[in-house]
Parts: sequence; C-alpha cells; structure tokens
Amino acid sequence: MIVARLRDGDEAAFAELLDRYGSTMLRVAQMYVKDRASAEEVVQETWLAVLNGIDRFEGRSSLKTWLFRILTNRAKTRGERDGRMLPFSALAGTEAESGEPAVDPERFLGPDSATPGAWAAPPRAWPEDRVLARETVGVIESAIDMLPDTQREVIRLRDVEGWTPMEVADALEISDGNQRVLLHRARSKVRAVLEEYLDPETAGVTR
Amino acid sequence: MSIFVREMACQELVELVTAYFDGSLSRADRRRFRAHLRGCPHCTAYVEQMRLVIEATGRLTEEDIPPEARDELLDAFRDWSEGRSTE
Repeated sequence: MIVARLRDGDEAAFAELLDRYGSTMLRVAQMYVKDRASAEEVVQETWLAVLNGIDRFEGRSSLKTWLFRILTNRAKTRGERDGRMLPFSALAGTEAESGEPAVDPERFLGPDSATPGAWAAPPRAWPEDRVLARETVGVIESAIDMLPDTQREVIRLRDVEGWTPMEVADALEISDGNQRVLLHRARSKVRAVLEEYLDPETAGVTR
Repeated sequence: MSIFVREMACQELVELVTAYFDGSLSRADRRRFRAHLRGCPHCTAYVEQMRLVIEATGRLTEEDIPPEARDELLDAFRDWSEGRSTE
C-alpha cells in the first residue's frame, strides 16, 4: 500500500503519486490563487502537510480525497489572503445557475407546433471510428481549452482523469448538483463542436 | 397523455443525459427517459453521440507535472524522509 511505502520513506512511491496527481494539483490550486508561483507554493505546502500527517492518516477516506481536501483548503486560504476576487465554488455556483441550453433551441420545434420541443433538425449518427480518430481527439482537446474555467476543470477531472462525481464535488468544494450541471454544459459544448466538425451540414441547419 | 407519466420532449431529454449516465435521475424520470428513447431514433442518436464524446474525451492524455516542480518536490521528500530517520 502506497501510504505504508511513504511512511517508510520510499521515494519511488512518492514519485508515483507526483506523476499521478501533480499536474492536477497545480491546476486545481491555480483556480484559487492569483498566479502560478502561488499555486506551486500551495502544492508544496500540501505535500509537506501530507507527509507530516502521514502517520495519523487512518485511511477513512482515500489518500486522493485527503490530498485534495488539504490542497483545496490551503489554496482557498491563500487565495483569500491574496485577495483573489472569486473563489472557484462561488464561480461554479453562478455559472451553474445561468440557464444555458445543451442544444441550440432553434433545433427544436416551437410552442406552436403539434409537438413542441421535438427535434426540428435532428442529429445524425456519427461513424464511431472517425470520432475516436486521433485527429478528432485533437478537436476535442481544443474545444475543452475554450471552455470557461469551471467547466473545463470539471470535464477534465471527470472525463479525462476518470474521477467520480463525489471526488470532484469534494475536491472543488461544490455541490454534487453543480458539478453535474458544469459537466453537462461542458460535454454538450464539446458535442456541438464535434458535430460542426463531423457533420457540419446538420450542425449548421439553423444558421 | 396519461395522468401518471408526463411525456418527455426531446428538448427536455437532451438536458438530462449526464444525470442519466450518472444514475442520478429520479426513478420516474429515468422511466420517462427510457420510454422516450425507445420511441425516438433522434434522441437515441443524440445519446449515442454523448456517449462517444465521453469515450473520445477519455483518450486525452493527462498532462505531466513540469519537471522542475517535480524535482523540487522530490528534494522536499528526501529532506522530509532524512529528517524522519534521524529523529
């Protein structure tokens, strides 16, 4: 078990954790603090806190959950001290409340039709091999880069890094509902970008 | 329309896909969602697109930690571990 190896001072175990969580920690810290240097400091402080507390770690939560809980707390304190305007959780809250549709409303029939809300310009099936082609994955990557910070972070944690809804809500200190709304927005936008790329005719019907 | 089950419109369904995948829909909504899918090839195509989006996104690689930051942290680990063994 990795915790036991850390207690024994096993450097390889520590390197393994760094490679698994290091860049994610930097990114998450960056959402709370004003610049890269502060984020790096927060990450360093977090690791020291983890190492100094490792003997008391009882494994009631996973090491990952514990790690990110410490990180978020420290990053938040640091962000407040440095006067960063809005913490992530506040941003996430306002963003989750704004009603942004998953699909352009123009693609559905209006209230005067016999079947309001039914597809007017329905999506067409995509060839699976094209979606999973390397080139398409590149399109997805740039679509994710264009997302607002909160949505980008949630889709990265959930869909790139495979975190559970609870791990995401916990690490970012947002509600389960908010992480899902943000994820849904993010995925829906990525889908729309992919549709433009794979099936521009359908995607462009309303324009 | 039955008084028990209100039909789900396509426009409503597209907002519930993530909740459906996460298993966080109420039992009634899950039933309406599935009933709609059974009768709607368009929404079936849509849900399949979302599934593919998730699968393709999963193929992105995680970034690596910058090497300087990694080295610094490894140094900090060594200091910690030495301090500990001499305690």
